[in-house]
Amino acid sequence: MEWIRQKLDKFKKPFGKGEKLEKYAPAVNAIDTFLYTPNHTTQKGAHVRDAVDLKRVMITVVLSMIPVLIFGMWNTGYQYLSQIQAEVGFWEALGHGASKVVPMIVVSYAVGLGIEFAFAVMRGHEVNEGYLVTGLLIPMIMPVDIPLWMLAVSVVFAVLIGKEAFGGTGMNILNPALTARAFAFFAYPTFMSGNQVWVSEASNVDAVSGETILGSLAAGEQVNYSVMEMFMGYIPGSVAETPTLLILLCGLFLIFTKVGSWRIMLSAFIGAAVMALIFNALNIEGNELTNFPWYQHLLVGGLAFGIVYMATDPVSGAQTTRGKWIYGFLIGLFSIMIRIFNPAYPEGVMMAILLMNVFAPTIDHYVIQANVKRRKKRKEKGINPQIDTAV
Amino acid sequence: MAQEFNNNKPEQNHAEVKEKVSDAKREEMILFLADTEEKEPIFSKENRKLLTDPLNDDNPITVQVLGICSALAITVQLEPAVVMALAVMAVMAASNVIVSLLRNMIPSRIRIIVQLVVVASLVALVDQVLRAYAYDVSRQLSVFIGLIITNCIVMGRLEAFALGNKPWRSFLDGVGNAAGYGLILVIVAFFRELLGSGKLFGYEILGHKGATLAESTGLYALGYENNGFMLLSPMALIVVGVIIWIQRTRNRKLIEA
Repeated sequence: MEWIRQKLDKFKKPFGKGEKLEKYAPAVNAIDTFLYTPNHTTQKGAHVRDAVDLKRVMITVVLSMIPVLIFGMWNTGYQYLSQIQAEVGFWEALGHGASKVVPMIVVSYAVGLGIEFAFAVMRGHEVNEGYLVTGLLIPMIMPVDIPLWMLAVSVVFAVLIGKEAFGGTGMNILNPALTARAFAFFAYPTFMSGNQVWVSEASNVDAVSGETILGSLAAGEQVNYSVMEMFMGYIPGSVAETPTLLILLCGLFLIFTKVGSWRIMLSAFIGAAVMALIFNALNIEGNELTNFPWYQHLLVGGLAFGIVYMATDPVSGAQTTRGKWIYGFLIGLFSIMIRIFNPAYPEGVMMAILLMNVFAPTIDHYVIQANVKRRKKRKEKGINPQIDTAV
Repeated sequence: MAQEFNNNKPEQNHAEVKEKVSDAKREEMILFLADTEEKEPIFSKENRKLLTDPLNDDNPITVQVLGICSALAITVQLEPAVVMALAVMAVMAASNVIVSLLRNMIPSRIRIIVQLVVVASLVALVDQVLRAYAYDVSRQLSVFIGLIITNCIVMGRLEAFALGNKPWRSFLDGVGNAAGYGLILVIVAFFRELLGSGKLFGYEILGHKGATLAESTGLYALGYENNGFMLLSPMALIVVGVIIWIQRTRNRKLIEA
C-alpha cells in the first residue's frame, strides 16, 4: 500500500498548486480518492460524525449489483448456448456471457468517465463517484446484442443531457442510466426490441426463439416458461434484468445497509400488483397482457430490477417519507399500465420511473405543504406543534 | 394588394388625426416628429444592431423563447425549415412595415385585432404563393404556414417594436428577428436531418442504407444506423436546449445573475 501511495504522490507532483498541470488536478485527485479516502475535512458549517459518505453509498450499491451482474453474464451465455447444444456447462456459459458483457461495461465506463473527467477539469470541481453506479447499470439494462457504438452514444447522451446539463452528480432530475436506455430505445428501436436482440448473436443462429415474455405476450403468443423459471431468471431479457429472486435478495441488502428505501420498493410492488389485479379482473378481449396473472407480471421484464436499483435512486426520487410511498406506488401502477396499454413499449417500468422522476419534486412539495397546513391548524387549536416528524 | 392599400392610407389620415388633438399634444407631436426626422444613415450603427442583435444576444428562440412550436414541428428536414424561415421573414418584414405605418392611427384598444388582420392577410398571401410555386414543400409544412399567424415572434415584434418605431427601422427589426429565428431553425434542422435520416436537403450524404449490410454504402456499410429519436419532436427541444447551453457558455452577458 505504501508503495502505491509513494508512486501516486510522485505522479501527482506536476498537478499540485502552482505547478503547470494544475488545471487537470481534479482528474488526478479522482484516482487518488478512489484508492484512498479524501484527506480534506469539513471547514465550517454543520459537522456530521458519520462513516457514510457518497463514496461508501456508491460502493455499497455497486457491491449489491455484482451478484446480479454475474448471473446476467451466465444467463447471457446460457440463453445462447442452450439454443445450439443440449448440455451447457456453468463456466462455459459464464465465459461466453462475459465475453459479451465485459466489453459493454468497459465502453460504458470509458465513455462516461471520460466525459465526467472532461467536465471536472473544465469546471474545476472534483469527480464524484456517482458514475460508478450509473456506468455499471447501463450495460445491465441493455439488450446483449446492442452494437457497442450505440451503447457509447447512449452513454454520451445520458451523461451530457441527463446529468452534466443540470450540474453534475446530485443535480440530475432523471435517472442517468434510464435516460441512456430511453435514448437507445427511441433512437435505435430495432436494436432495443423485437425477437432478435435479447439472445446474443440471435441473428446468426437459425430458429432461435429469443423473444422476451412480454414481447411474445404483446404479439399474442403463448409463453413457454414456467413461473419458477421467471422467478429464477432463466429467461431472455436485458443483460441483468431477469433474476427476480437474486434482485430481491440484493434489494434486501440495500435495505439492510439503509442505502435503498424500503418504502419505495414495497409501495412500487404493491402498486404494480394492484394495477395487474385490476386488469386481471377487467380481462380485456384480445390483449394477452391483461390475462397474464398478476404475480407473474411482477416477475417478468425489468420491473424488479427497475424498482430495486433505479426507483430508489436518492437523487431523482422523492425525498419525503410520505412522498416515497406515493412515488413508489405510482411507479408500480404506471409500469403495468404502460406495459398493458401500449404493447409497443413492453418495458413500462422504464417510462414509469422516468415519468415519476419528473414528478418527484412536485410530490415532495405537496407533502411538505400538507404538513405545514396540518401543523398550522393544530397550532390554532392550541396543541403543541413541535412534535411531528412524519413528513 | 393589402400592402398597397395600407401604404396609401396613412398620409391622409395623419392630417385628420393631427387636427383633432389638443394644443399641448400637438406640440408634443411636433417635437416627436422633429426628433425622428433627424437624418440618419440607412445602415447606421443603431440600425445595423437591429439586424444583428436577434442573431445572438436577443435571439427570439434561444433568448426570448418564442416560436418554439414551429421549431419543433418543421425541423425534421432542412428544406421545409429553410422555406419556413423565408416565409416568416417575408411576413414579419411586411407586417412590421405596415403596422409601423399605421401605428399613429390604430386605436390602442383594438390594436391586436388590427395586427392580426394585417398578419393574417400576409400569411394567406404567402400560403398562396407557396402553393403556386413550391407545392411539395407547402404540403409538408401543411398547417404550420397558417400557424405563422399565431407565431409569438410576429405578434411580439409588432407589439414591442413596430408600434413605436418608424417603418425602416421596423423593417430591419422584422428581418433581423426572422433571421434569428431562421438561423436556429436551420441549425436544428441540419442536425435532425443529418443524424435522423442521414441526409441533407434530401441527398444521402452519409451513404445509402440497403436491406442488408452488404448492400449498404458509406457509413452504413460500417454498421452505422440512423438515430430515430432525432425524428421525434422531443429531440428538437433537446437540440434547442443544447444550442442555448452552448450560446450561454460563450456569451456571458446572457447569464442571469
